[in-house]
Amino acid sequence: MKRRKFEMAAVPGNVARGVDDRFQMATPLRRLLNKVFPDHWSFLLGEIALFSFIVLLLTGVFLTFFFEPAMTEVIYNGSYAPLRGTPMSAAYASSLDISFDVRGGLIMRQMHHWAALLFMAAIVVHMLRVFFTGAFRKPREANWIIGSLLFWVGFLAGFTGYSLPDDGLSGTGLRIASGIMLSIPVIGSWLTSSIFDGEFPGTIIVSRFYIAHVLLIPGLLLALIGAHLGLVFKQKHTQWPGPGRTNDNVVGERMFPRYALKQGGFFMVVFGVIALMAGLFQINPIWLFGPYEAWVVSAASQPDWYVMFLDGSTRLMPAWEIYIPIGDGYVIPPLFWPTVVLPGVLVGMSVLYPFIEARRLKDYRHHNLLQRPRDVPARSGLGAMAVTFYLVLALSGANDVIADKFNISLNAMTWGGRIGLLLLPPLAYFVTYRICLGLQQHDREVLAHGVETGIIRRLPDGRFVEVHQPLHREDGELEYVGWVVPKKMNRLGALGPAIRGFFYPIEKPAEAPVSPAPPVDSDTERSEITSGERR
Amino acid sequence: MTSDNDRRRGLFARLRGRPAARSRGRRRLGAAVRLLAALMLAGGAYTAFAPSVQAQDTPMSSAAADGKALFNESCVSCHGRNAQGVEGRGPSLVGVGSASVEFQVGTGRMPMVRQEAQAPRKPPVFNPDEIRQLGQYIQELGGGPELPAGEDLHQDGNLAAGGELFRINCAQCHAFGGGGGALSSGKYAPSLKPASDRQIYAAMLSGPQNMPVFGDNQITPEQKADIIAYIQANLNHNQDPGGFNLGRYGPSTEGLAIFLVGIVALVFTTLWIAGKS
Repeated sequence: MKRRKFEMAAVPGNVARGVDDRFQMATPLRRLLNKVFPDHWSFLLGEIALFSFIVLLLTGVFLTFFFEPAMTEVIYNGSYAPLRGTPMSAAYASSLDISFDVRGGLIMRQMHHWAALLFMAAIVVHMLRVFFTGAFRKPREANWIIGSLLFWVGFLAGFTGYSLPDDGLSGTGLRIASGIMLSIPVIGSWLTSSIFDGEFPGTIIVSRFYIAHVLLIPGLLLALIGAHLGLVFKQKHTQWPGPGRTNDNVVGERMFPRYALKQGGFFMVVFGVIALMAGLFQINPIWLFGPYEAWVVSAASQPDWYVMFLDGSTRLMPAWEIYIPIGDGYVIPPLFWPTVVLPGVLVGMSVLYPFIEARRLKDYRHHNLLQRPRDVPARSGLGAMAVTFYLVLALSGANDVIADKFNISLNAMTWGGRIGLLLLPPLAYFVTYRICLGLQQHDREVLAHGVETGIIRRLPDGRFVEVHQPLHREDGELEYVGWVVPKKMNRLGALGPAIRGFFYPIEKPAEAPVSPAPPVDSDTERSEITSGERR
Repeated sequence: MTSDNDRRRGLFARLRGRPAARSRGRRRLGAAVRLLAALMLAGGAYTAFAPSVQAQDTPMSSAAADGKALFNESCVSCHGRNAQGVEGRGPSLVGVGSASVEFQVGTGRMPMVRQEAQAPRKPPVFNPDEIRQLGQYIQELGGGPELPAGEDLHQDGNLAAGGELFRINCAQCHAFGGGGGALSSGKYAPSLKPASDRQIYAAMLSGPQNMPVFGDNQITPEQKADIIAYIQANLNHNQDPGGFNLGRYGPSTEGLAIFLVGIVALVFTTLWIAGKS
């Protein structure tokens, strides 16, 4: 019997046909793979968060193999000499083991932590992009809400993770968290005792935070990220206005193969940047903080950056107690306002913003085209205001480090923060508003009068004027379409194409024509830009 | 009526009072004079017999005398002629001991350049011999804590015990990595990086500037050696296993790094791989 010839090249096709025969995959998959994504660098910021999340899952799984989420007391006997013989919780001892005795443990821990910081940073940067370009407008309000929830759930993920190693810094953070919960009127003490199972710190908080950190919160994050991406697929990605782009189409690349390959490469770059940072920069040296004891608090005990604004608001809050004479008297501590009310207001404002803006502008249409920040000065101003507010709070959260390293009085930093918190955001609004108007005006000016050529012409009466290259032949103004207006001559091709490449040219400039010059079409009129002088 | 009579009697009679009260007045005057005399006698006798400050001084050692000369040149303007302090300028140095001198002068904090929240560390003005002489003078002047001999004060220190003591007693101000931290109104806990064994020991013993005193009955000399061992052998000379330590300022510089390095690198990557306007 003759053996059938085995053809390697036919294997993928045969397998795919077999799968399609059984599961009818081809049609939906074709739709998926042909999905078109618009191409712009600012659309990749959210991907940084997505890819950091994948790195978080991978490194986090590695860490769970070695971490022991228990507060039972053990005597450390690992390889870090300055803590040998010290009584500590099993959680802290196993974190030290991960750092010093598990092969590759320290870089995994550091990758996990850096990836967490990057995850939150990318969420914020992505959120700013979405905000300033108006991508949150109808029909994408739901995705905006999911996105802001992702920030707050990520915030919880970060905080529970920060608390797990049970070092001095974790415990200090937990102590503050318990204080914040205690400050909530009426339910505060019940809430705290139910979370800590009694008085702070208790013996169970690490185990509880562990299951929240490795199962509940990541599950929630995964579900929200799934919904977030699903909505982007369903509602399609927004795009910048431009040639051929309308409110009713999407111009871009198909998902497969180029876009998918690019994304795969980008994932590798994100992974690489996180690994590089983990290898080069030490993050959270838990061995220096020592095991948490209630009487041990180090200077410069700060939360991670995304929580720092709450630390700052607490530092800036004056000590105003509200005394309510009911029964034996009731006190609302000042801590309640900056740490419970403020984040509550921030969540509410960020979630409701799309609806507030639509209502204010009475704009209930679908918007699939983005807006340049300069074209909506009020929104850009509000955004700048929010960013300034956040920055003042975050810097105040580190005001002791800043005061110490820059030789400023800590009291001056606190008062500077208080005054700055009230004065700087309105100032940022005003400055941004004016900058937006100025940029708008310049766009209109170029459309009306043309691009500056850099050629100065002297008029017969002695005046000097700059020659402008109009963008169109006909009389009358060009209309602004919401996209970049060319403002340099090489954008018009007048000075030869710009040579591509960021730091160094990645292509050879075209050879300059040598004489004899190539023939010129005589029927097309070419008006050369000259200084206007004739000899 | 009485004024007319008085005027006729003359000045002396008027001073002595009326004739009827004359004997009682004289008695009272005599008692006052005797009391005054007794007081003067007692005071004079005390001044004559009681040992004055100069009288108590045993002759100073030559080192202390040299130190006094240095003191009179450089320190007297703020600490006063006999180191008793000047109101609003400098505290009394009676009883601070040579440990304090070694710390303050040895780290260059004294003499101060100007009055400010806290004297900063700077290159010392005096050489070690002069510092020893100044210390000797202050020690002989009023006594006080002294340092043990030797440069290496952490030979037998226990790292783990020192670490625990450091975290309980020092980290609140000097921070977990010994890099220092802010206090109120421009005061600060300095970095422990440049400090020598003797300086750390002297600081604990004398409590300079805003630092509390950690006397030998609070932290025993052995425990001090443990703490110094932890600072010198671990914080100051241990390489950070995780890479560049970002100044050991805690999460604030880590937050800065994720934006300046991570986000910047990745935004450039997006600019590289995706379309630009």
